[in-house]
Amino acid sequence: MKILKIFIIIFLSIGFSQSKSDEKSDEMKSKILKNIRCLICQGQSVYDSESDFASSIKLTVEKKINEGSNEEQIYEFLREKYGDWIIFDPKLNKNTYILWLLPLLLFLFGGAIIFKRLNSKK
Amino acid sequence: MLINQIGYYSLILGLLLSVLLCGVSIKDFNNSSKQINQKVLSLSFLQLVFVIVSFVSLIFSFINSDFSNETVFNNSHTTKPLFYKISGTWGNHEGSLLLWLLVLTLFIFLFLIKSKQQPKKYRILTLLFQQIIIIGFFLFVLLTSNPFNYLFPIPNEGLGLNPILQDPALAIHPPILYLGYVGTSIIFSSSLAAVTQNYVSKEWSQHIKKWVLVSWIFLTLGIMLGSIWAYYELGWGGFWFWDPVENVSLMPWLTLTALLHCIAVLERRSALTSWVIILSITTFTLSMCGTFLVRSGILNSVHTFANDPARGIFILIFLFVLITLSLGIFFFFHKENNKNSNNFFWLSRETSILINNWFMMYFLSVVLIGTVYPIFLDVISNEKISVGPPFYQKLIVPFLIPFLLFMSLGPRLKWIKSKIENKNSLIITFIISVMLTFFILKNLTTDLLFYTVLVSVAFFLLFTTLKELFIKKFYNISQTVAHFGFSLLILSILFNSILSSEIITNIKIGEKYNYNKSEIFLKKTEERKESNFNAIIGHFEIKDQSGKIIELKPEIRVYNQPVIITSEADIKTTLLDDKFLAMNLVKGNEYFNIRYQVKPFMVWIWISVLLLSLGGLMSLFKKKYEK
Amino acid sequence: MKNKFILFTVIVAISFCFIIFYKGLNNSNTYTPKITDKKNIPIFEAKDFNSNAYLNSEKIFEEDIFYIINIWASWCVPCRTEHPLLMKLSKNQSVKLVGLNYKDNLNNAKDFINEFGNPYSQIIIDNDGTLSIEFGAYGVPETFIIDKNKKIIRKFVGPINEEIVEKIESIIK
Repeated sequence: MKILKIFIIIFLSIGFSQSKSDEKSDEMKSKILKNIRCLICQGQSVYDSESDFASSIKLTVEKKINEGSNEEQIYEFLREKYGDWIIFDPKLNKNTYILWLLPLLLFLFGGAIIFKRLNSKK
Repeated sequence: MLINQIGYYSLILGLLLSVLLCGVSIKDFNNSSKQINQKVLSLSFLQLVFVIVSFVSLIFSFINSDFSNETVFNNSHTTKPLFYKISGTWGNHEGSLLLWLLVLTLFIFLFLIKSKQQPKKYRILTLLFQQIIIIGFFLFVLLTSNPFNYLFPIPNEGLGLNPILQDPALAIHPPILYLGYVGTSIIFSSSLAAVTQNYVSKEWSQHIKKWVLVSWIFLTLGIMLGSIWAYYELGWGGFWFWDPVENVSLMPWLTLTALLHCIAVLERRSALTSWVIILSITTFTLSMCGTFLVRSGILNSVHTFANDPARGIFILIFLFVLITLSLGIFFFFHKENNKNSNNFFWLSRETSILINNWFMMYFLSVVLIGTVYPIFLDVISNEKISVGPPFYQKLIVPFLIPFLLFMSLGPRLKWIKSKIENKNSLIITFIISVMLTFFILKNLTTDLLFYTVLVSVAFFLLFTTLKELFIKKFYNISQTVAHFGFSLLILSILFNSILSSEIITNIKIGEKYNYNKSEIFLKKTEERKESNFNAIIGHFEIKDQSGKIIELKPEIRVYNQPVIITSEADIKTTLLDDKFLAMNLVKGNEYFNIRYQVKPFMVWIWISVLLLSLGGLMSLFKKKYEK
Repeated sequence: MKNKFILFTVIVAISFCFIIFYKGLNNSNTYTPKITDKKNIPIFEAKDFNSNAYLNSEKIFEEDIFYIINIWASWCVPCRTEHPLLMKLSKNQSVKLVGLNYKDNLNNAKDFINEFGNPYSQIIIDNDGTLSIEFGAYGVPETFIIDKNKKIIRKFVGPINEEIVEKIESIIK
């Protein structure tokens, strides 16, 4: 069981490290645009939308990338203007601790139940 | 107009029949005969007939463009092609509720017919629980969502159906999906009936398994159809957006898959009875919950239905009545059976199924929490956040690694107690998988470690299932096919995501765009008029690195009612890859904005889901050739 | 005992969810952000409509007075309906209107002003929409109120109407 849990932690950290490796500017731009909500569309990302708002955002993001901003700075800029709602990836802050942690807690809880059940004969 | 009256009164009669059915079957309950009174079956059939009549009436109203019917007015137009007039019947809120009723009444009737060997009281109780759901939906339709509202004066023309819904895949997506989604109602009703009768046993599981399989197969296919439609109609080459409506169909699928595995344990070991009941209740509850989320306007999404809080309140109350009822019955009637049978050895097939359930419940919690958390946060602290694809990917993908590993090892374990046989060949297969993956991926991606691990385990599953298929003697072939399909699904999704490429650029007629030794050439444009839209077709020639030329003809369509401009991509599909080209107008310009994507192995995603379903189908018919 | 505990937690959890969903139904699901913290106006340089010269944002908003920023375009139909109300507001002494011409053709925009009147003490050009994003705008038409501390205190998405004008007039008094 413990080994299982260690495995899980390792795999999770590999998963999280995945997000730090984008290099090419185009790739980064696409990634950012897919992470921004088009606010006047129903649920589409700016990447998927052809609306006026989406076009303006695309140009703004391009400008900021050319000025040297990194991904997090661009998100911060947009969050400041429009609120957290505009970014699809919920940042880990006081509002979202439960969001990110609850599934993991439930996973551990489920694991504990199974562990108890498998060991209960002893 | 008469058709509308027929449709409406059929619904009323259907509702009255529900009441009658409940009365007759309760009376029959204490009757000593072993078979249900024939009247009950006839009444159930009659109820189904009334719902069919109602549904067909609505279809006729659509076909005849009868705009005295408010639903037809809101969702149709005289210039719509016939096929879409018909499918428009269930492409709206009111019509799709008739589809709900149709599946609910159909399934209970089929259940009564196919369960004649089962204990009578159990069958009657299943009928009663199902009738509670049916009555709820009749009331919902008649009180808040009547498809037969009368409009006067009769408008000349309708408001039309959103053109992105005018598509063959989307036309059959609801019926297929509902057969799965709504079909879970029968599992719900029969589980509750089984609990009250203390009938949650080996015999019951063998009987209910068929229903679980049928729902599961249709649900899998229904979700696939929705994805296929989204792929070539919405977005740019994406097929899953973690949109609330998509999540809502995925959640019952996850619990249904878990249930499918648990039924096997119940069948062999008479164990996990409580958990099976909980899963059955949860699956249908999730279906109802999904209906609530999607139709009440509480969520913001590309494909939500009617945004009407009044309807939302009805479903919400109905949903919680059902939850309270089912949990009440569970807590009151359920008897914990023999404690011993719930003890599993560590290395056994039962344990691996428990592990499967463990992961499934985790995936379910991620999707559920991600979908409803914004609602909770908004109500509690008035903050609006978005939970989109990055959340789901970050929490789900890493867990696929151990999940795939367990999936490869689990089926090799025997029931009760086992040891892993052929350890050496397993280790060799694993090493081969890793080496193969590394060799393929080393020049392809910057995220080598992560993808190597993930793809290796997917290959491991692929190879172990392939080995089962060819070397072993068809023992449990349905499971092997399904697991093989799943490994193929993961591999296709991964390789598609790693290897896909996209070009976005502006181009005008006669211009050639060069990149990477390839070339996109806009030869000319052509105009075409159809009954309800005008189209500009772009004739493109794409020359790839080897000099081969393919032709793609995406369109820009201007629909007449409602006035909407859509972009219809042209996709050339081969087993190796999909070539996807879409074009858009650029404002005030002679230029067109184009998006060209090369998507390797795209079609394998659909093939692997078909394989998954095939596995389920084989399990349904397996008594012929298997133990 | 254990069963009773589970039952109790389940009942509490379900009731909790019910209440949340019930309240959630009554909330609108389209996000209209209320400006709870007042944001500073962005610092920018924009081309002047008439003179083509580049103006600094500090210079545009230099007076100790309320400012209203209105995003408009000649091709925007609702802008025409709100225009007379803007003309009315421009007569109010405690506020100056600044127009942001959004993704527009200069000649068409000038024709629009000539035909419908000019309520703006100054008009700046936003050709690609990026300046509007700096203000946190959704599109056109959109109207912002700037107070004397140069902070954005209110935002109205869509064309303004009589009710909104009254609200504005009470704020800028």
